[in-house]
Amino acid sequence: MHQPIHALTDAYRRGDLTPTAVAEDYLARISALDGKVGAYLTVVREQALAAARESELRWRAGTPRGPLDGAPVALKDVLCTAGVRTTAGSKMLERFVPPYDATTVERLRAAGAVVLGKTNMDEFAMGSSTEHSAFHPTRNPWDLARVPGGSSGGSAAAVAGGLAAGSYGSDTGGSIRQPAAFCGVVGMKPTYGRVSRYGLIALASSLDQIGPFAQDVTDTALLLAAVAGYDRRDATSIQAPVPDYAAELSKGVAGLTLGLPDEYFIDGMDPDVERAVRQAIEVLKGLGARIERVSLPTTQHSLAAYYVILPAEASSNLARYDGVKYGLRIAGRDLIEMQSRTRAAGFGAEVKRRIMLGTYALSAGYYDAYYGKAQSVRTLVRREFAAAFARVDLIVAPTTPNVAFKHGEKEDPLSMYLNDVFTIPGNLSGIPGVSVPCGFNASGLPIGLQMLGRPLDEARVLRAAYAYEQATTWRSRRPDLS
Amino acid sequence: MIDRKDVEHVARLTRLALTEAELERMREELNSILAHLDTLRAVSTEGIEPTSHAVDIVNVMREDEIAPCLPQASVLANAPDLSGEFFRVPRIIEE
Repeated sequence: MHQPIHALTDAYRRGDLTPTAVAEDYLARISALDGKVGAYLTVVREQALAAARESELRWRAGTPRGPLDGAPVALKDVLCTAGVRTTAGSKMLERFVPPYDATTVERLRAAGAVVLGKTNMDEFAMGSSTEHSAFHPTRNPWDLARVPGGSSGGSAAAVAGGLAAGSYGSDTGGSIRQPAAFCGVVGMKPTYGRVSRYGLIALASSLDQIGPFAQDVTDTALLLAAVAGYDRRDATSIQAPVPDYAAELSKGVAGLTLGLPDEYFIDGMDPDVERAVRQAIEVLKGLGARIERVSLPTTQHSLAAYYVILPAEASSNLARYDGVKYGLRIAGRDLIEMQSRTRAAGFGAEVKRRIMLGTYALSAGYYDAYYGKAQSVRTLVRREFAAAFARVDLIVAPTTPNVAFKHGEKEDPLSMYLNDVFTIPGNLSGIPGVSVPCGFNASGLPIGLQMLGRPLDEARVLRAAYAYEQATTWRSRRPDLS
Repeated sequence: MIDRKDVEHVARLTRLALTEAELERMREELNSILAHLDTLRAVSTEGIEPTSHAVDIVNVMREDEIAPCLPQASVLANAPDLSGEFFRVPRIIEE
């Protein structure tokens, strides 16, 4: 039963498996194994079984709602779910029960998907390891001593560990692609605005985007198509039709030009990662792709620009947690004392650090030097991508400079931030990107290949990822949790 | 370099009651991060327009129509302190 969603629904169609049996199997695996992994914060057993039973009736009647009907999926706990607590990994929202579903969740339910539960994450999506969850850390199913990446670490670990058939996360600076690489699954950040952010607890509103994790590229295409498209409740959502991504997958890479950026092969990167990525490029060449070198010189300044823009926007977004309308409240003599105590008790160290940093960067006298400057650097990053995409169809690079690190290994905030050095430029420029497994290092830890495309060109990104995936066998290897 | 007073000022602005130990750690960590962010000064951005947003959408307007909204009770259910249908907060105005 531990197989991709498209294989499960094929089996539903044939009558070989039922959505109820599959949901029960996943719930049993979660009960037996999630104690080791810690992928979930909340499991909604009864809801999942009820949704599975309804799906089963539709399959039996020959009226399934589509390719996700009866698919057991998990949601990062940053997506609001009506009647099911949504914590964003924070003590601030430990008892918050949203009165509505995020658009993504609403669309998944309409597609017949079976939601298993809510997954663990770095608090308010700030982190690259899921160690900054206020509840518990998540462990990497390939090596429980290591992190799954973050901030969507629970969603990545759930798919890698066979605790969900697919899942969703959010990516602000790499929070889908980096954990996908660390956990050996496929993860995609669509174009900014492709998926509605309505009901996504905001981190940095000009960067946040929702996307799927999957066991293979076909499922990624299906999971993306189900949630993509215009939503009037998100003013930044793009009014463009959603292509049939799955139908485009088998077009191959022959005739495509792939750009290889010099700046994504840096000193200090893991030689196993570099070797795996260069071998993947040879595979793509063998499939008929042309490879061209491209230059993205502002890459080296992207991290600094990002760590101005993100904290600035986050400090503004998180101002809403004031102990008044929802969330934690700690009593105080007056309003200011109540709010200051509430925020001190409700936020963890990394969240406080970024709120402080962002407030400082936006404060009188520093705005131009930090925020204004970072936004101009962002223009340079966008222009360089645009110039590269005038010559090449896709950009191919490592997802991360290293494989999954050990719990507690990156105590220094800056060394943690450096993990996202290859994923951040995609967020600054708003372009779509996927991470697809491209091998293992000597100790058996997964490595990710990143493919970036032009705005709204998800179809071509997925098509290249699919061509590569079909030419390799990495996805047949799975971690053993027993 | 930012000093202890700057850190206290920013903590006040953002409504965070930090402990002595947190203030000191924050001073050290913010200085270390800001030193990295200051590398941006080396980038020439003369005449480069800022990007606030990665897609070219500006001023999205819609008709001002009456539409269903969330039931009041379901929204108020998450409030830490209520008085009837109001959010209750500590006294702000002196008697």
